[in-house]
Amino acid sequence: MDIIVIVLLIFGLFSFLGGAVGIIRMPDFYSRLHPAGKLDTLGTLAMVMGLALYNLHQVSIGSILVSIKMFLIVFFVFIASPTATHTIVDAGMRAGLRHWTKKKRED
Amino acid sequence: MIQFFLYVSVALCLLMLFSMYRVLFGPKVLDRLIGVNAIGSKTVILLLLIGLLYERIDMFVDIALAYGMLNFVAVIGAARYFHKRKGLYEESFID
Repeated sequence: MDIIVIVLLIFGLFSFLGGAVGIIRMPDFYSRLHPAGKLDTLGTLAMVMGLALYNLHQVSIGSILVSIKMFLIVFFVFIASPTATHTIVDAGMRAGLRHWTKKKRED
Repeated sequence: MIQFFLYVSVALCLLMLFSMYRVLFGPKVLDRLIGVNAIGSKTVILLLLIGLLYERIDMFVDIALAYGMLNFVAVIGAARYFHKRKGLYEESFID
C-alpha cells in the first residue's frame, strides 16, 4: 500500500516539475498556458489520489468521509482548472495580445 | 512515511519558487496570472500534506477545498478585469 502511495506522489511531483519548467521556459504567453493547464491538473489528480489512499490505512466512517472529500477536491479541480485556463486565454485574445511566431532569418 | 511527506512538501515549495519567477518577472500581466494559478493549485496539495503531518486531516481537507474554490474565483475575476483593456499591450493587432 505504501509503495503505491509513494509512486503516486513521485509521479505527481514529476508532472508538477514539468509544468514549472514549461512555465519558465516557453517562449510566449499562449504556449506557457499549455503546460500550466494540463500538467497541474494531472499532478493534482495523482497526488490527491495518493493521499486519499494513504488516508484509508485505518478504515472507519471518518476516514472514508475524508477520502470522499478529497475526491471532491479532484472533481472540482477538473472542472475549474480548464475553465480558468480558458478565461486567461480569452482575456489575452480580447486584449489583443499577439502570439509568438518563429522569427524569419534574413538571408 | 511522515518523513517522506515532509520531503514531498519541501519539494513542492521549491517548485512554487519556480513559478514565483514567472510571477515576479513576467513580461505581461497575464503571465503573472498564470504563475498565480500554478502556485494556487500547488497550495491545495500542500494544505493536504500539512493536514497529514499535523494529524488533523479532517479539518485541513475543508480548508483545502475552500482554498481551491477561492483560487478559482480569484483567477476568473482577475482575467475578467483585464478583459477589454485596450492599450494594455503595446503591440496590439486589434487597433
